[in-house]
Amino acid sequence: MQVTVSVNGEERAREIEPRLLLVHFLRDVLGLTGTHWGCDTSNCGTCVVLMDGRPVKSCTVLAASAAGHEITTVEGLERDGVLDPVQQGFHEEHGLQCGFCTPGMMLTARALLDENPNPSEAEIREAISGQICRCTGYATIVRSIRWAAEHPAAAGAAAETAGEAAP
Amino acid sequence: MSTTEERPIGFGRLKRKEDARFIRGQGRYVDDVQLPGMLHGAVLRSPYAHARIVSIDVSAAQQHPKVHAVLTGRDLDGLGLAWMPTLSMDTQAVLATDKVRFQGQEVAFVIADDRYAARDALELIDVDYEPLPVVVNARRALDADAPVIRDDLEGKADNRIFDWEAGDRAATDAVFARADVVVSEEMLYPRVHPAPMETCGAVADYDAVEGSLTLWSTTQAPHAHRTLFALVARLPEQKIRVIAPDIGGGFGNKVGIYPGYVCAVVGSIVTGRPVKWMEDRSENLMATSFARDYVMRGSIAATRDGRILAVRVDVIADHGAFNATAQPTKYPAGFFHVFTGSYELEAAHCAVTGVYTNKAPGGVAYACSFRVTEAVYLVERMVDLLARELDADPAQLRLANLIRPDRFPYEAKTGWVYDSGDYETALRKALEMAGYEQLRAEQAERRERGELMGIGLGFFTEAVGAGPRKHMDILGLGMADAAELRVHPTGKAQLGISVQTQGQGHETTFAQIVAQELGIPPEDVEVVHGDTDRTPFGLGTYGSRSTPVSGAAAAVVARKVRDKARVVASAMLEVSADDLEWERGRWFVRGDPDQGATIQEIAMAAHGTVELPKGVEAGLDSETVYDPPNLTFPFGAYLCVVDVDPGTGKVTVRRFVAVDDCGTRINPIIIEGQVHGGLADGVGMALMELIAFDEDGNCLGGSLMDYLIPTALEVPDWETGFTVTPSPHHPIGAKGIGESATVGSPPAIVNAVVDALRPYGVRHVDMPCTPSRVWEAMQGRGAPPQ
Ligand code: FES
Ligand code: FES
Repeated sequence: MQVTVSVNGEERAREIEPRLLLVHFLRDVLGLTGTHWGCDTSNCGTCVVLMDGRPVKSCTVLAASAAGHEITTVEGLERDGVLDPVQQGFHEEHGLQCGFCTPGMMLTARALLDENPNPSEAEIREAISGQICRCTGYATIVRSIRWAAEHPAAAGAAAETAGEAAP
Repeated sequence: MSTTEERPIGFGRLKRKEDARFIRGQGRYVDDVQLPGMLHGAVLRSPYAHARIVSIDVSAAQQHPKVHAVLTGRDLDGLGLAWMPTLSMDTQAVLATDKVRFQGQEVAFVIADDRYAARDALELIDVDYEPLPVVVNARRALDADAPVIRDDLEGKADNRIFDWEAGDRAATDAVFARADVVVSEEMLYPRVHPAPMETCGAVADYDAVEGSLTLWSTTQAPHAHRTLFALVARLPEQKIRVIAPDIGGGFGNKVGIYPGYVCAVVGSIVTGRPVKWMEDRSENLMATSFARDYVMRGSIAATRDGRILAVRVDVIADHGAFNATAQPTKYPAGFFHVFTGSYELEAAHCAVTGVYTNKAPGGVAYACSFRVTEAVYLVERMVDLLARELDADPAQLRLANLIRPDRFPYEAKTGWVYDSGDYETALRKALEMAGYEQLRAEQAERRERGELMGIGLGFFTEAVGAGPRKHMDILGLGMADAAELRVHPTGKAQLGISVQTQGQGHETTFAQIVAQELGIPPEDVEVVHGDTDRTPFGLGTYGSRSTPVSGAAAAVVARKVRDKARVVASAMLEVSADDLEWERGRWFVRGDPDQGATIQEIAMAAHGTVELPKGVEAGLDSETVYDPPNLTFPFGAYLCVVDVDPGTGKVTVRRFVAVDDCGTRINPIIIEGQVHGGLADGVGMALMELIAFDEDGNCLGGSLMDYLIPTALEVPDWETGFTVTPSPHHPIGAKGIGESATVGSPPAIVNAVVDALRPYGVRHVDMPCTPSRVWEAMQGRGAPPQ
């Protein structure tokens, strides 16, 4: 079947199998490999993307049912070479180690901050509780998201401290 | 403006260089590799834990329009690849030929156009199994009438793999015979799984014309894997390139070679196209390297006034259906004999029996430092049991028995020589950070009110950084690591290393080591890893060996460059090299500090036209192979506070204080991150995680719905502290930190749970201390270990 999904502000039309999951559509069909796949029971959250601004596990959404919705992936967080404060926060506070859970965590954080710009530690923990990080023990993720809350327009210096974007 | 504290030249809180790609979703993991014409493999797995294979019919699968090939054990047999060697010198079936020996074992491999089609085709394979009796209980595996699992091994009539011991049995028995107090306990360190968020997988690309293989794989040891592929697949080693791109967590799960990797390689050879195999989560949990599964009986002997005299322990080690643990050859129980712990003992002895069961193979994984996890758990539980028996305070009992600083290097009763330590200072610091006295007072008050609060302590001594190579090898490969440092004419450098980050931040910390030694900014040092074509040989990252071994290599190679730079500087400045002095980043003339040359200037001159002394070659590049003289022995003192709900048995970790000593600290940000991650592992193991089996050998922990990993809601905000006791034999005094917290935290948590349950007279609860187990223990029905 033919689907058209808007991903990071761009309409992407493709011919797909109806059963194709959004996570595989993004990764294998569009080559947006920042969204990860870590389980088969919808427990890990490494596949989280934003659908119309709300976090969803893209392993539980059919690509076909994403048609007509706006999907944001980690690749869409940086705008015009300026990092999202959440991205910079993860760098500042060592919110990542292997980086596998990181895109999903950052997107959940973005949605949380859009709704609640000043979340408490407990609210942050609650927001990311559907996602597993095996490396960080979560405290630095919480701090990263707090950093972003405290620096809502921080982005500018990011490219300097977090290195240049990969080409 | 950045301060030097934020941008240190050398050791300090440098933010990670590698973050730039990960926060942009530009990390490149194995499953991100897409090659033109690439096909996808999927593994058919056994539903039975033990069954004879009567027949396999793949014809329907072969007819699936998107299927390119189907491999079975018989096909591999024709190539001599149906079995492969394990890291413990056993053999393991790649695809089963005679019978299956655990649920989830690999039976066939389908190669198709895409991953969905490959899995569809698995459904079309018809296997006729004849079920056999199953044994999943390690003790019962030793019974005379237990089904023999490894009848493929010539003359094998039982399930015993090895009997191994350490320490002095007679001396230990003698001490126990005269001790005032002896306490014994049976405990199980249950089977758990490292479960990194990225599962295991590979992309194999065989070029028939060149006869060369490129293998992208989730490996913690790319060089060792290349050698093994050369030996197993009999491909010439120089034609094999193993690439470990970004690895999404390893924790020991990615040390071994799994049948899926071999099948991907064969699949690429057979189809002439690149083949990707990526396991799903249930395959990861059911079939790849589990951890622990040690059935232990420990005893501790002491005087009535609280001097610990001896420890002994008997273990039945469940290795699953194939002995595939990754550990140095001479040490079938890993470094378990460091169970002597952090205490001055008169004698110690352990006996370990390894057994086959109808469970997945593996055993050394999940940040265990080669079984130091099991050892530390055993001794720290025993010390707490002794404190209870003596009615002593567990902190005081430990303080009275810890090895004193002046006793280092300390030779433990099982032969280890601990390099350095100041244990008492670390423990006192943890007690102070926690407010131990106040906590005990609070506990007494709460007990009055019927509330269950527990305070648990754990002290650990780790043994990490294997070699030395003369004592330690894996499949004959000595445990050393090389480093290669190139200094370009402009003074920028490239460091090639043989160890493999899975999130530990090597691109940052190894650049800092070179920066520290050469005085150039860490941004000027590019760290190359994860590609056997571009890096020197070495055994890889596990057992916390990166800093102790490869970190030492990086320091040594940088010092070689510095020494060479001195010779070049002497030619540039026309003074004797002996008259030159080093300050960070620069050689200068003694007594005339203005006369000097920076490393950058020297690098340019070394590649330029300066006349060098006879026998000195141009350039500054250098390489080294580091063979550690001894292990390093990081240590730490942990304290955990839990609350137990008397109505449900639910345990909540309220506080966790961790004081770690890993010697010299290269990057405190990364060290703290490593500790945090390990503490979360500890909460998982102590309270939640379990790979269990039913009587028929069905795996009951085969998905993340059943195998419970802590989320942000189950862990507290960690309170970390540190002391610094450098290793005397390591070039920069660093000891390694990657596994300390995973090793040290479970006993502190279980000690806290048992402490909370003291009003109920509970002496021990086996991990994981789930609400139902805790509640059962409160009713006086502790689940007996198997
Ligand atoms: S892949 Fe695990 S929740 Fe989606
Ligand atoms: S950073 Fe590795 S899983 Fe979160």
